[in-house]
Amino acid sequence: MQEQEIGWLETKAKEIRQLTIDSIGYLGVGHVGGSMSVVEVLTLLYYKRMNVDPDHPKKRDRDQLVLSKGHAGPTLYSILADKGFFPIEWLHTLNQGGTNLPSHCDRNRTPGIDMSTGSLGQGLSAAIGIALGNRLDHIDSTVYCIVGDGESNEGQIWEAAMAAVQFQVSNLIAFTDYNKMQIDGYMRDVMNIEDLTAKWVSFGWFVQRVNGHSFEEMDKAITRAQAEAYRPSMIVLDTIKGKGIFFAEGLLSNHNMPVDYEDAKEAIARLNGAGE
Amino acid sequence: MTEQQMQEMRDVYTQTLMQLAEKDKNIVLLEADLMRASGTKSFKETFPERTFNVGVAEANMVGVAAGLSATDKIPFANTFACFAARRTFDQFFISANYAGLNVKLVGTDPGVTAAYNGGTHMPFEDLGLMRNIPQLVVFEPCDPVSLQKLVVQGAYHKGCTYMRLHRRLAAILYEDDAEITLGKGCILKDGGDVTLMATGVVMVPEALKAAERLEQEGVSAAVIDMHTIKPLDAALVLQYAEKTGAIVTCENHQIYNGLGSAVAEVLAENRPTLMKRVGVNDEFGEVGTLEFLKERFGLTAENIYQQAMALLEAKNGRATH
Repeated sequence: MQEQEIGWLETKAKEIRQLTIDSIGYLGVGHVGGSMSVVEVLTLLYYKRMNVDPDHPKKRDRDQLVLSKGHAGPTLYSILADKGFFPIEWLHTLNQGGTNLPSHCDRNRTPGIDMSTGSLGQGLSAAIGIALGNRLDHIDSTVYCIVGDGESNEGQIWEAAMAAVQFQVSNLIAFTDYNKMQIDGYMRDVMNIEDLTAKWVSFGWFVQRVNGHSFEEMDKAITRAQAEAYRPSMIVLDTIKGKGIFFAEGLLSNHNMPVDYEDAKEAIARLNGAGE
Repeated sequence: MTEQQMQEMRDVYTQTLMQLAEKDKNIVLLEADLMRASGTKSFKETFPERTFNVGVAEANMVGVAAGLSATDKIPFANTFACFAARRTFDQFFISANYAGLNVKLVGTDPGVTAAYNGGTHMPFEDLGLMRNIPQLVVFEPCDPVSLQKLVVQGAYHKGCTYMRLHRRLAAILYEDDAEITLGKGCILKDGGDVTLMATGVVMVPEALKAAERLEQEGVSAAVIDMHTIKPLDAALVLQYAEKTGAIVTCENHQIYNGLGSAVAEVLAENRPTLMKRVGVNDEFGEVGTLEFLKERFGLTAENIYQQAMALLEAKNGRATH
């Protein structure tokens, strides 16, 4: 990856963070923590890796993304709006009655959303189904899935983990957003999922673990994952919950928190400062 | 009923799926380690690449089916009705129905047909659960002919469906050219004094037997196969409420939230009519033969007959006041 490209993606990630905290701040409450920890991976996928077309959001040969941790919707909405899937003004309608941008992803309401998610544990199974359907139709594309670390407490994730290997779903690349926190505290204190890498390896996946805020590391990992001919891939991302937002980063209470719009504006200004 | 007039429902189901799959490459099959019970082995042999056995993992099965339908596949997902309804309710609700997708979920061994598997495997509540899912089509064929026709219609209904399927032998009740339409009840026998509205392989034949006995007593009983529980054929319910003034519902299910409740809702809001519900009265299932369990829970022609007679007494009492 060229330094210029990394710089461009970093600037884009900053803009996505700003749009996202603006939309949550405008509303006054939201899933700040888990939205911020996935900014880099979603930016890399949508601006470099994925074959998607805002003018044809349902085109059959597109790459698809299942945001299994559906509560990170606000970050994905910022990206889809920025790419032109829908007007940027929609971002200020987040969670308002009648909106097309509900707190959890809804494929029937939002152009560019490939799967409805929000009841944790379900997205990876759906991603497998989409990947199998693409394989049956000889569609050469990749299905991406973002799983939460807290979500990995759910049994269905591990049912899906077995099935993806059994069915040799190599056109599936999953990520775990491993920010080490869940709603009630640190994962090690609530329900520990270590050794996460060893778990996925033992289920038969091609597993890599990288810094989830490093475009270079993630991009290399995706290239290696795409070379796998028979196995699904899990890329465990070490991330920081609330990353980049001064009043939320690393805070245990940041899963779903009230946000003062003035604080959001301050966060946007500080991100600009950091980017310069 | 002679052997020649009976067929294994699972054979008819599998043959129907295979006929559909030969013409339509989008038909796919999912199983959760009950392929032998569902009888779908021949589908797998003919269409191996379109068959996905997820092992003992029903929640994942429904999620994978939802994903497949997002790529325009038409997935039929089979498991025992107890697991289809109770265990995968959230997956079916959110990943399939809320997501606006197109999963054809099939629950086998409904109610007392779970027999030797006993109370843990005996769903008396699946219709109630499923009826609460918005826009879901819920149906239970009563014989091999209606099964074949309703599976084909369900496959091309746009949206999710839930079908209750008795896997084993069932008597043929319809002619091959019978007109059977999803969402429309079928009048198996007309009558003017009381209406027996039944659903499924266990109860429709019992209702027919009860009607015979009522005829012997001089009572003219209509029998309706209400194969589609949702959307309920409200027009037919009201037509027979008007015609007979007395309705007995018959279901291999709790009397709560299934066919009886659905009929009661229509009557209460539109045309209050005397009715009785034959079904399981707030009890869990238990183990035994099908015949034992039918007696145990009152799912018999005798009970339907008794309820109908009680209803007629009330109706006649009302008429004389």
